[in-house]
Amino acid sequence: MRSVSIIGVGCTKFGERWESSLRDLVAEAGVIAIDDACIVGEQIDALFVGNMSAGRFVGQEHIGALIADCAGLSRRHIASTRVEAACASGGLALRQAVLAVASGYHDIVIAAGVEKMTDVSAGTAADALAAAADREWECFVGATFPALYAMMARLHMRRYGTTHDQMAMVAVKNHHHACMNPIAQYHAELSIEDVNRSPMVADPLHVFDCSPISDGAAVVVIVPTEMARSFVDTPVRIVGSSQGSDTLALHDRRDLTTLDSTVIAARSAFRQADIEPWQVDVAEVHDCFTIAEILAIEDIGFVEKGQGGRVVEEGITALSGELPVNTSGGLKACGHPVGATGIKQVYEIVLQLRGEAGQRQVDEVEIGLTHNVGGSGGTAIVHILTR
Amino acid sequence: MTTNAPRFWRCIPQRYNLIGTHCRSCGEYIFPPRNLCPTCRRVAELEEYRFKGTGTVITHTTIYNATEDFERQTPYDLAIIQLDEGPRVTGQIVSCPEVKIGMRVRPVFRILGKEGDRGIIYYGTKFAPLADFSYESEKSLSKK
Repeated sequence: MRSVSIIGVGCTKFGERWESSLRDLVAEAGVIAIDDACIVGEQIDALFVGNMSAGRFVGQEHIGALIADCAGLSRRHIASTRVEAACASGGLALRQAVLAVASGYHDIVIAAGVEKMTDVSAGTAADALAAAADREWECFVGATFPALYAMMARLHMRRYGTTHDQMAMVAVKNHHHACMNPIAQYHAELSIEDVNRSPMVADPLHVFDCSPISDGAAVVVIVPTEMARSFVDTPVRIVGSSQGSDTLALHDRRDLTTLDSTVIAARSAFRQADIEPWQVDVAEVHDCFTIAEILAIEDIGFVEKGQGGRVVEEGITALSGELPVNTSGGLKACGHPVGATGIKQVYEIVLQLRGEAGQRQVDEVEIGLTHNVGGSGGTAIVHILTR
Repeated sequence: MTTNAPRFWRCIPQRYNLIGTHCRSCGEYIFPPRNLCPTCRRVAELEEYRFKGTGTVITHTTIYNATEDFERQTPYDLAIIQLDEGPRVTGQIVSCPEVKIGMRVRPVFRILGKEGDRGIIYYGTKFAPLADFSYESEKSLSKK
């Protein structure tokens, strides 16, 4: 297998982008990434796009062809493939792109992610998102996504003494990070009290424990590492790319406070990269709900099971801490256009590795990690990146 | 509601009567029913099994903000229940002022949803505290 590197990244501003369509968003992020990679469109060999539910959100399927068309590549008839793994669709698109380049089949490949969610009502969006859970045996009896994570949170609190204030601290931290990120959906600081006072969604999770509904797109350009420096001076190597799956329904899992898909994907990615979790300098993890970030840092192996809440409280995952997590603002505050999220995470880590993250730059970043989850943990994707 | 008539109809045994699967070759009880035992796969010996429906609350939440289909029911309690035979299910808890982890529950037959005012009514299983069962059944007996 060939080593693979990222030579260009691009991301739109996340948020309620009422002025932009799905097509506009993809083109906007794509142009930035292609410019950044110092390539021209004609050089692109193939395209992978992660998108969860354009069919439900904008009534459009066949996103592979659409994206190639939007990118102005329809006359070149290149292979363009849409992949779907709910909220992990973006991470999956990158992984498929990595496999295509690593195998030697393609050289210059685009991995994109996009979701346009605000063209439908919040209720319709919630129902579209609920399709990532088990429609027959979770949603049909009244489960919602916040409810599934709330049930994980409740058990985590009971078993490990995690408090709601510790969960709220994840939101406070990520909002603080987002204030320094120009593409973030929210530029507003939040206090623990703000989170606790916000309306309850699914006990113990409040509105401010939940990631928002967002529009956005992100794009990365990857090539074989041996070619990377012929395009740019600061390529970023992908040294680990791994994927794990688990039961679709939360209730069927081995342990309701562990995402085994994350455990497996992380373990395998660390093995590929030949590094240990403690060596990671900065991480973007899947904080679709505040409890999800606590579960993620445990399941990836940064901290012991049950210690996630305490670690957040101690400030270890803050920008000034030993292991800054979600410097972009995470899904919580940067926004969560589901298909785009996995690629945006990589965008953020690439900026950190290049030293281009502005005010939220972490010192001396050598190794970064991204962690993208589909649904309540049916899919997890982990990438490890180095300079 | 995203289901339609055939989609709901074919699940009636499972939703009304908790009909699942028992694998004679490994002994595992499976709910909802499967035509492939996750442990034995092709060498499985599967048979229908009607679950007792009694079980224990593993974790729970109260939902204040639901999808459009369930908006009118909020707030309602949802739990993951470990059935006595082993498998876990997600279900609503009713007739219970305060749901607690470890609480024993029994199945109750309830309306789960409706396709508008003139469409199909979806029935299924919710769960109620087991303690209430004896209380309620004693009351109903004394009435007779």
